[in-house]
Amino acid sequence: MQLILESLFNGIAIGSVLLIAALGLAIVFGLMGVINLAHGELMMLGAYSTYVTQLIFKLPAFKAFYNSYVIVALGVAFLVSAVVGIVLERLIIRRLYGNPLETLLATWGVSLILQQFVRSVPLAVGSGLVMTLLIGLTLPLIIPQKIIDQRGKRLINLGSWAISVLIGITSANSLATSISKLGRASARNVDVTAPAWMRGGIEMWGITFPVTRLVIIVITIIAVLAVTWFLNRSVWGMRIRAVTQNRPMSDCLGISTETVDILTFGIGSGLAGIAGVAVSLLGSVGPNVGSNYIVGCFMVVVLGGVGNLLGTIIASFSIGIMTDLIGAGRLLTIWPDMPSPLASTVDFFATTSMARVLVFALIVVFLQFRPAGLFPQKGRMVEG
Amino acid sequence: MSITKRLFAGLSTIVVGASATACGGGNKTSECVECTDSVTVGILHSLSGTMAISESTLVDTEKMAIEEINAAGGVSVGGKQYEIKYIVEDGASDWPTFAEKSKKLITQDKVPVVFGGWTSASRKAMLPVYESKDAFLYYPIQYEAQECSNNIFYTGATPNQQSEPATEFMYKRSPAAGKPFFLVGSDYVFPRTSNTITKEQVKALGGEVVGEDYLPLGNTEVAPIIAKIKKALPNGGVIINTLNGDQNVAFFKQIQDVGITPKNGYYVMSYSIAEEEISTIGPEFLAGHYGAWNYMMSINTPASKKFARDFKKRWGNDRVVADPQESAYNMVYLWKAAVEKAGTFEDNAVRKALVGVKFNAPQGPVEVMPNHHLSQTVRIGEITPNGQFKILESTNGPVLPQAWNQFEPSSKGFACDWTNPRKGERYRL
Repeated sequence: MQLILESLFNGIAIGSVLLIAALGLAIVFGLMGVINLAHGELMMLGAYSTYVTQLIFKLPAFKAFYNSYVIVALGVAFLVSAVVGIVLERLIIRRLYGNPLETLLATWGVSLILQQFVRSVPLAVGSGLVMTLLIGLTLPLIIPQKIIDQRGKRLINLGSWAISVLIGITSANSLATSISKLGRASARNVDVTAPAWMRGGIEMWGITFPVTRLVIIVITIIAVLAVTWFLNRSVWGMRIRAVTQNRPMSDCLGISTETVDILTFGIGSGLAGIAGVAVSLLGSVGPNVGSNYIVGCFMVVVLGGVGNLLGTIIASFSIGIMTDLIGAGRLLTIWPDMPSPLASTVDFFATTSMARVLVFALIVVFLQFRPAGLFPQKGRMVEG
Repeated sequence: MSITKRLFAGLSTIVVGASATACGGGNKTSECVECTDSVTVGILHSLSGTMAISESTLVDTEKMAIEEINAAGGVSVGGKQYEIKYIVEDGASDWPTFAEKSKKLITQDKVPVVFGGWTSASRKAMLPVYESKDAFLYYPIQYEAQECSNNIFYTGATPNQQSEPATEFMYKRSPAAGKPFFLVGSDYVFPRTSNTITKEQVKALGGEVVGEDYLPLGNTEVAPIIAKIKKALPNGGVIINTLNGDQNVAFFKQIQDVGITPKNGYYVMSYSIAEEEISTIGPEFLAGHYGAWNYMMSINTPASKKFARDFKKRWGNDRVVADPQESAYNMVYLWKAAVEKAGTFEDNAVRKALVGVKFNAPQGPVEVMPNHHLSQTVRIGEITPNGQFKILESTNGPVLPQAWNQFEPSSKGFACDWTNPRKGERYRL
């Protein structure tokens, strides 16, 4: 019993990291059909946002709230990745809809640019840039229509960008002066330390549950629930689904497909940012942190069935549980008197490297029988 | 030109500019007032990718050593003073890139020597290049040995100068003495060979290795390995860790969460964690675990203190020095000494002159042996909460290097000697 419980927990822990990482991709790739190879780098930006937030909370002014910095980091990471994602969509991906190959190459290029960016540009400058984009993009939206009509759209746009550039430069400056680590560019990995309450484990039924893993599982559950609610219950969620199913018809019925595209891509990217927070709690943060996850993310989405949230969830948990069952050699513990040829085969695969190989092989075999994944989409939209 | 085109042109300039700075190309000069000529050497380490975290520190140290030599009058060959210049190339944590950049440095830039590499995989990729072109590579990292090339000079520790004394210490004199061993490493040549040696040695000592596992490079999902360790070592024991780079961060963060700590009787002995890695991983995760090196920053001698002080002065007060950096520092000085002894920059003469060269290194005296390795002092340390090693043990002077391991059955009874043409790479003792 204890063994099954421990294996299940480990599987869910591995699976939830995969799920949170793949969730944004499931939306971008699943609903919009965009193969976004920069998804991993959006995760990386989320991880770096966590790092910057952590450093800000170490300043004397915020020291009192240090224990809750992870919660703030979730919001910051979502915003940072969402803004970068939206800019990416507006500048590049929008021009390439319907050309999957070009999108793939372009986003791969973007991923290289982003990796090099964090290596050669100080984080303070990066933060200032994101701040500028964030304010510049939102300011025109919150200014009342009346003022815009009075002053003219151009002037307001110009004014709000001027303000945002100013705020961006000052915030970059103040970050660089107050936290010296952010003022220099560095290709070295940085480290996010979880606050004291998140370290250690909870002992129950003879098993230790690491608190960071539990936090990640909770974050994943909340993110999945929020996305499900948003897509199925909110007005914009329904519009997104409508556009996914039939773009020209939705356009005819008065749905702004452009806004839908921005929103979908923004949310997908923002979720990548949240995944970045989760990943930063487990390992170190570096320019390559995202590329370690991208293959796994695509595997989950493809296995689950493109465009199906439930499929993504089941796929990531089954990959997680399989990795643990095979990699940790649990099959032998569960069934100790296995016949010896079988036992030696199981033992051969009971290493992390071989488990990875075997899991990928099993997925490939599975896709031979069900090429569209666990839950293939039915109906006309498959062609579209 | 349309706006988009201009934007694109601007962007590409930025990208090209960024990559150029990242490769750090071009010759950089440091002062040498009395020099009349100059010699350009090659520096080849990963400045990007997984290994950049570690290898960039070597570049910093090599630059410092070169600047020191230049400031002291450069290299004197044939009555002339030569200033050392260098070309830095980025191996990008990608092994074929190391081979490619080596070719470039040897044939295009015609450097007399290349200082480079960290992972054994990168060295194995470079080896055929140096052998076929009969060029010379100085390699500064502790490694698994079982190799002895005429074209490589190894300034890091061999297993009998690091892992063997460490294994013996863990089995005989550590708080976990007599307990079973579990071996963890990254999945490539150094951890696998090093662990083969450790397994043989533990067997010879009468101990037990209850499991081993390897994490594919680039993968940071350590949960299955941790589950295995808990199963294999229910009552504590010794964990020998040869994980590399940022995989250590994930490993140490997560073993602490499940209670694999010194307090609960689990002691990790790491072969790739020095002061530099301690500061990145965070001493709070490492305190109480062990490391084994030839040089430790806490060595209390004037030479060691001067090395640490000079490095901080050159690269910033928050920086630390560690064993790989010390090896990198030594090799530049050893090369200089060999060139001056040979009286020429020519490969073969320098190679011959190198054997027997002595140097007062920060760790203490070292000497180049006929098998192209260094005799070095071995130290075992416990990691303290302030990110340093508390030195627990130290050998009584330098230990001779063994290129061919004496625990591993396939190499037992063999040695290497390049000064005697009849002996060479591998001969029976």
